[in-house]
Amino acid sequence: MATKATAKTEAARTDINAWTGFAPGSWQTRVNLREFIQRNYMPYEGDGDFLAGPTDRTRGLWKTLQPLLAQEREKGILDVSQVPSSILAHAPGYIDKANELIVGLQTDAPLKRAIMPFGGWRVVAASLESYGYKPDPALGEIFSKYRKTHNDGVFDAYTPDIRKARSSGIVTGLPDAYGRGRIIGDYRRVALYGVDFLITDKERERHEIDQRHSTEEIIRLREELSEQIRSLKELKEMAKSYGYDISRPAITAREAIQWTYFAYLAAIKQQNGAAMSAGRLSTFWDIYIERDLRAGTLTEKEAQELIDDVVIKWRIVRFLRAPEYNQLFSGDPVWVTEVLGGMGEDGRTLVTKSAFRMLNTLHNLGPAPEPNLTVFWSPRLPEGFKAFAIKTSIDTSSIQYESDDLMRPKFGDDCAIACCVSAMRIGKQMQFFGARVNLPKTMLYALNGGRDEVSGEQIGPNLAPVAGDLLNYDEVMERLDPMMDWLAKTYVNALNCIHYMHDKYCYEAIEMALHDRDVVRTMACGIAGLSHATDSLSAIKYAKVRPVRDTKGLIVDFQVDGEFPCFGNNDDRADDIAKQLVSTMMNKIRMYPAYRGAVHTQSVLTITSNVVYGKHTGTTPDGRKKGDPFAPGANPSNGRDTHGALAALMSVAKIPYDDAEDGISLTLSVVPSALGSKEEQIARGVGALDAYFSSGGFHVNINVLNRETLQDAMKHPEKYPQLTIRVSGYAVNFVKLTREQQLDVINRTFHGNL
Amino acid sequence: MSGPRTGSRYELQITRQGTEGSKAAGDYYAVQAGDVEEIEDEEDLVGYVHSYEVGSTVDGPGLRFVGFLTGCLLRCQYCHNPDTWHKHNGRPVTVSRVMQEIAKYAQVLKISKGGVTLSGGEPMVQRPFVLRIFRHCKALGLHTCMDTSGRLGARFSDQELMEIDLNLLDIKSGDPEIYERVTHQPLQPTLDYARRLSDLGRPMWVRFVLVPGLTDGWDNVERVADICASLKSLQRVEILRFHQMGKAKWDKLGLAYPLADVDTPSAELRERVRGQFRSRGLTVY
Repeated sequence: MATKATAKTEAARTDINAWTGFAPGSWQTRVNLREFIQRNYMPYEGDGDFLAGPTDRTRGLWKTLQPLLAQEREKGILDVSQVPSSILAHAPGYIDKANELIVGLQTDAPLKRAIMPFGGWRVVAASLESYGYKPDPALGEIFSKYRKTHNDGVFDAYTPDIRKARSSGIVTGLPDAYGRGRIIGDYRRVALYGVDFLITDKERERHEIDQRHSTEEIIRLREELSEQIRSLKELKEMAKSYGYDISRPAITAREAIQWTYFAYLAAIKQQNGAAMSAGRLSTFWDIYIERDLRAGTLTEKEAQELIDDVVIKWRIVRFLRAPEYNQLFSGDPVWVTEVLGGMGEDGRTLVTKSAFRMLNTLHNLGPAPEPNLTVFWSPRLPEGFKAFAIKTSIDTSSIQYESDDLMRPKFGDDCAIACCVSAMRIGKQMQFFGARVNLPKTMLYALNGGRDEVSGEQIGPNLAPVAGDLLNYDEVMERLDPMMDWLAKTYVNALNCIHYMHDKYCYEAIEMALHDRDVVRTMACGIAGLSHATDSLSAIKYAKVRPVRDTKGLIVDFQVDGEFPCFGNNDDRADDIAKQLVSTMMNKIRMYPAYRGAVHTQSVLTITSNVVYGKHTGTTPDGRKKGDPFAPGANPSNGRDTHGALAALMSVAKIPYDDAEDGISLTLSVVPSALGSKEEQIARGVGALDAYFSSGGFHVNINVLNRETLQDAMKHPEKYPQLTIRVSGYAVNFVKLTREQQLDVINRTFHGNL
Repeated sequence: MSGPRTGSRYELQITRQGTEGSKAAGDYYAVQAGDVEEIEDEEDLVGYVHSYEVGSTVDGPGLRFVGFLTGCLLRCQYCHNPDTWHKHNGRPVTVSRVMQEIAKYAQVLKISKGGVTLSGGEPMVQRPFVLRIFRHCKALGLHTCMDTSGRLGARFSDQELMEIDLNLLDIKSGDPEIYERVTHQPLQPTLDYARRLSDLGRPMWVRFVLVPGLTDGWDNVERVADICASLKSLQRVEILRFHQMGKAKWDKLGLAYPLADVDTPSAELRERVRGQFRSRGLTVY
């Protein structure tokens, strides 16, 4: 659709050195990362024997951070800067300047957090106060008197219905007071093209719409493009403050990593997003590393050092967050999600040696929650890579796996993951993050005629509550339907307000500068408590469930007689209910048009919020007591999956990805097996993933640890600073979880076997 | 019974120790008729199944579908499934119903290079049921494995043994006296069965449960290791650590658990025992 700008071709000509040795293509004149990668990367089918260990420099740098990390664990945060963060707000910062290969920190010192008041001043002030800092009164005045924030805008537009649903906990975790995140800038563009080329390209995009009539849409787009161009200029400035000229393309592997990292750094200086993913960098970087290795200007040891170094940077990305946020998503997650592996559309694997190098950082530096290393699994992946990934999982419990074969047909082979399980084409697609709604509570509303089972307040539509002393499945389903309608409507309503205001007051200029102008937007809704809703309905259908009412006629408990099938046992009677709930909710959400023409999607993912959702939800007919945590994500309820891990995996694999395109999360904890050789243990893990993913499974977190280890870590956290576990969608330092969340993890099913 | 010869401090004292008034008290320890009688073979015969689990990694190669059948003659002190001692502890299930469930997993079991393991209880109690299931499994291309004490091995013909891909053979002791103390049954049938498998060249993994104070005596381990070293078709020895996870089941049945105060074996002890097997050139896990 675009005209060719001559300025661009000239830019390309001046950068001829940067591209020496690369296979040419149309990527040289137009931004096209996928084509560049496809023409230049070298698939690697071998094993991990070539890998290098950590150098003394790497070890030293990592060690320098340890006392700071220990202080941070103790105090909650190490330090904070009250200069509102922006790309240029802070002077350059270093861990140990002389020993860093890749430079750049969010503020002028490691682990020193920045404030980002454009999302909402109240949240910033509350966060500062919760850590014992006094908010700067001048800033308070600016952001309440002179400069409106996203949070203020949202509450100006919320309806009473939305406010009620929000405070009852049926809709929770909405990004109305924090950055919505889940946008992945194509940070690689900065390395491949240099910033000047990208500015020229953005000017072309802007110029193309000069003649379009100034509708609201076009005005907004023009303003956004101007902001994007401004932020690219700031990015150049920021790099210059560290002594680098990134107006031109990167020439060496070290530069490619540094340029990419600067682009990412600008994004995390500008936005405190709910998830700030890295994208899919290792295969791209590998092209530069291979070129330098061939030229003899880089050794394997040095290549690993570069990766180790940037990973150290990723491990210390921090945002200042409020206690309420930590309740939902605790342990300081950033979701620096980096995708490894996968297969190309042409059948070649996208695994390169650098995918191994990235996994190897977990061995070189020890386990860690960030970056959120995500392996795109296909049974067709090279066996050497599969084995190395599983070995790394067994050793570190730090990896998640997602189905390459489910995503590739929908998102192509240059997609990455925002946050935990949300796939998107890099640089061509973004999402409006929408947290999730509480499905078991919705079911309880259906029974109670829209009254909240905890407060007794009328929150949902005032429909007749169920009468009689035995619940009838068909009747319950009939009542659930309008309640889900109401929920979907209220939910999409709220999300539209949120994202309108986020665009207006807290626009992600640098991340969107690293996208094409005309992006596909998704409205990512979600559901929590799927297993409890499913098992409850199964109980009503297959056993006898008698409601217990309080003095005000509110159903607050249940008597269940007889047995009923539960989700997680590969039993269609229960699994079909889960499938139906997911598809029904999705279809209802689709009924309500989303802001900016976004495509509706849905996830079955809770992260650690399953604990908070459960806390606000009454007793459910499946036997879950009032206040007990939900199972995380799409997990079967604790102890209800009684036929082993493989049966549970098969149940979860049945949830239709077409109606949960924003991802379906499963977390599996397996006790390390003492039997068989390490090779056999690895082979069994590989077999299990091949089996799960070829059965339609979408995602799995794998933890390999003993319950006793976790119990000991609760007692002696100081002994386990790096103990990492996967929870729904991300990994976390176990000792950084709240006590409730730690207990929830410990109480979950540990499969003696996989 | 004479005093402990090999360092074992436990006497066989489990008979009739049931809590008073409990359903399982009294004769629960006795071998009931149903636990020993040979069942008639028929096309879709009914067997008794306690439960099944899919995805096991410790009951043979790859990932396993493990069916726990009921009925057992042994009364092992460390038994972690006392609710499988009697055949009628299980639910009656037809072969076709079992195969319906296994078939759901045929593909994934094959992908993971695993298969089907029948355990118990003692699967040999229900020999025709086991063989029928295994034959159906072979038709699906699945690897088959029987987890057994070998006590009723004589029931199987050589030809039938040729049909089973792998035996997981529990040898609880090499000393007849200790064996009887541990299991309440004689050792010899197990040794005979091991010998037959060896002579027929049938693959087997020997499993030895290491219980501190009961089976950990140096001489006892030596004797088991000697037996293992003499088995030509032995592929590996697995040392299973005693654990307390079975205790809840004993309590639930109202049975006095004889090993309530026994710890899991220490790392040093496990290494010593592994060393005893390893010194004979055996593969030990």
